[in-house]
Amino acid sequence: MDTSFRLFPEQASTAAEQVDRLYVFLLGVASFFTLLIFLLIVYFVIKYRHGARADRSQVSGNRYWILEITWSLIPLGLTMIMFGWGADLFFKVHQPPPDCIEINVLAKQWMWKIQHADGKQEINSLHIPVGKPVKLRMISQDVIHSFFVPSFRVKQDVLPGRYTTIWFQPTKTGRYHLFCAEYCGTSHSRMTGEIVVQQPAEYAQWLRGASSESPEAAGESLYDQFRCGTCHNNPTNPRCPPLDGIFGRMVRLEDGSTLQADEAYLRESILDPTAQVVAGYKPVMPTYKGQIGEEEVFQLIAYLKSLQPPQQRTPKSGPPPFETPNDTDQQP
Amino acid sequence: MSVAELPRRHYLNANYNIWSWLLTTDHKRIAILYMISLTLFFFVGGAAAILFRLELMTPQGDLLISETYNRLFTLHGVVMVFFFLIPSIPAVLGNFLVPMMIGARDMAFPRLNLLSWYLFMAGGILAIAAIVGGGVDTGWTFYTPYSTTYANSQVMAMAMGIFVAGFSSILTGMNFIVTTHTMRAPGMTWFRLPLFVWSHYATAVIMVLGTPVLAISLALIALERGLGVGIFDPKLGGDPLLFQHLFWFYSHPAVYIMVLPSMAVVSEIVPCFARKRIFGYSFIAFSSVAIAVLSFLVWGHHMFVSGQSVFAGMVFSFLSMLVAIPSAVKVFNWTATLHKGSISLETPMLYALGFIGLFTLGGLTGLFLATLAVDLHVHDTYFIVAHFHYIMVGGAVMGYLGGVHYWWPKMTGRLYPEWWGRVSAVVVFVGFNLTFFPQFVLGYLGMPRRYHVYPDEFQVLNVMSSAGASILGLGYLIPLVYLLWSLKYGKAAGPNPWNAKGVEWQTPSPPPTLNFDETPVVTEEAYAYPPLDESSAEGEPLEPVAN
Repeated sequence: MDTSFRLFPEQASTAAEQVDRLYVFLLGVASFFTLLIFLLIVYFVIKYRHGARADRSQVSGNRYWILEITWSLIPLGLTMIMFGWGADLFFKVHQPPPDCIEINVLAKQWMWKIQHADGKQEINSLHIPVGKPVKLRMISQDVIHSFFVPSFRVKQDVLPGRYTTIWFQPTKTGRYHLFCAEYCGTSHSRMTGEIVVQQPAEYAQWLRGASSESPEAAGESLYDQFRCGTCHNNPTNPRCPPLDGIFGRMVRLEDGSTLQADEAYLRESILDPTAQVVAGYKPVMPTYKGQIGEEEVFQLIAYLKSLQPPQQRTPKSGPPPFETPNDTDQQP
Repeated sequence: MSVAELPRRHYLNANYNIWSWLLTTDHKRIAILYMISLTLFFFVGGAAAILFRLELMTPQGDLLISETYNRLFTLHGVVMVFFFLIPSIPAVLGNFLVPMMIGARDMAFPRLNLLSWYLFMAGGILAIAAIVGGGVDTGWTFYTPYSTTYANSQVMAMAMGIFVAGFSSILTGMNFIVTTHTMRAPGMTWFRLPLFVWSHYATAVIMVLGTPVLAISLALIALERGLGVGIFDPKLGGDPLLFQHLFWFYSHPAVYIMVLPSMAVVSEIVPCFARKRIFGYSFIAFSSVAIAVLSFLVWGHHMFVSGQSVFAGMVFSFLSMLVAIPSAVKVFNWTATLHKGSISLETPMLYALGFIGLFTLGGLTGLFLATLAVDLHVHDTYFIVAHFHYIMVGGAVMGYLGGVHYWWPKMTGRLYPEWWGRVSAVVVFVGFNLTFFPQFVLGYLGMPRRYHVYPDEFQVLNVMSSAGASILGLGYLIPLVYLLWSLKYGKAAGPNPWNAKGVEWQTPSPPPTLNFDETPVVTEEAYAYPPLDESSAEGEPLEPVAN
């Protein structure tokens, strides 16, 4: 990490350069008007100081209105440029490309726990390859935190009870600060870490080293441990919808609406199952809130994602006809 | 020139009994009560700032432990925002001057006015109790669920204190509104009102409409923290962002409660020391109203990275940009007032010009934060700390000090030493910029706010900032000394030491208890300074200069 004194932060992501360009534009506008007002005040104070000879004949009539309108419209125009430019870039920064590396981030007082797709875990550091878009799915176990990497010019609050996402594409290898930017209690300022951006080959090697159990496998053992299959895999008594291929599918709910079963929906259905019940089923599933932590929810979702849809596609609405689950041969 | 003497009877010597102060319904005495209490709170909040600026001289946490550091910045924020800045100009200068400027004998509800001071003190004592009883470590923003479930400090007492003090703000605001509507002297039409009154009217509207929402959010915190009712904590079924919406719905307008009255003061000082009617009177008046209205529509710009939707962010960004227009209109009009004036740089004018400069920079850096993609980077960094200190200290405190210096002769009947006044204005200006300008750089570099320990590369800028803070602290102590000194030794000011226009200058200094011996009749617009002779060297002489 470059720790020398500097006046401008390092640019290490695709967004950084774009944000800086907008920042320089804003700096230009701000410096111009600050200088303008400062110089005008100094000039007037000197020229029209008490006792100095100067032309003090007052102008009257329309010029007064022209001035007022001019100095209302110029700021309006400039701020609209700032708004449009900033909004456009903000929108882009919130649209992750489809081929992102997805990584789960769990924030808690006062550490960052990172869970890579293949099960590799790390604390207060995040290894990523240079030149590849990375998307983080983040949740907090306690209070609000905020994931902030100055060199990437990105920041996103990490909330308890809800997933938020952020994506970036590093452009330079190196080590960069990771800060928690939302005040989160006693050791807030020690909730820091580093982002390690590596060459893809180096990164692949790092991923291979000493990997722990994959999240799918961990999720499966949780699935067994909590006996989810008793209901969800029961072909004779379908009290619960089967879960094969659930991820990404459109789900019809009791109230007639449909939604896509994404991570947020799966998480909610585990922790608060009666909130959005699938049409045709009764709200009989017990809640697992308080029994499993956010880390385990991540693992369960990873397992559910790994379940392939059954050969015979189920209709998109109504209680689907039950298929014999064949998830056993889907395990990695 | 005859030597001015204090009038024989005035509101200060009408009665020396302690109860004549503690039970007074005279708006001028209530203003003095507020001034004394606010000065105490200001130095309490300032002392906390000096301590944590000392800590931040080094990257390690070596002077204070994290718990103490967190309590200090919370103390600084809570005390400065709720117990100094929000009441400062309205409760001291507004209380003293709004009735006098419109030619009234008192506020519309003098007893409510006294009650508002008692509520303020009750809130203040609760806050002090919370500090003495262990402090609060949530930051002045009380973000949930930290404040409701996780913080292990005196959150309840502090929230109660702010809750109670809020009612004092509501009462003051109501009093301004009713007083301005019903108590204007004969001939004082709305467009003859000094801009000070217009600005205070706009402020009062925000106080009355916004403060109840703060009270609600604090009450909900107490419900969740005290009784476990799930409102904000997801573990109890609540939504943490709901709190941020409620909190900023008040606390963004609150920034305008701080800065609109400062603009009010500047709009009085600039024409007086330029000897010229203010440029664009009605534009300045309506820009205050526009700022008050817009202030309620921009709270979401505090939440661009909170998880609020991208489209909500865009709407709030757009609306926030619009605030720039009435703000720019004011700055340009003040500057244009200087054009072809006859300018002298007495202490109040130095503070007012300092305000214009610092407010301009503070306002322009606000645009950085309203610009979505840039806010993504600078949100919750020192950039934002620098920005709001330019508005709240560079703006609001400069305005308050300018106003105190401008009306000190009216309030006390005595002049302070002018040379020391100018020194203090310059020291404050220099100290302020040295403290807060480096923080813009720090923020863009990425140093998060509320950090007790920080990476080594940020140290140089932090040391600059701390050095500036010590100069700024000195700059605030100088006026405290010479203003107190002037109470006994200052020269008598006479009714109108600045040769200013405005009804308040037509009565003796200090004014009699009922303000005017006979009700003034207003026959001219505000700031009707006599035309300056073309190409002449003469303006009207200012008496203190002649002295």
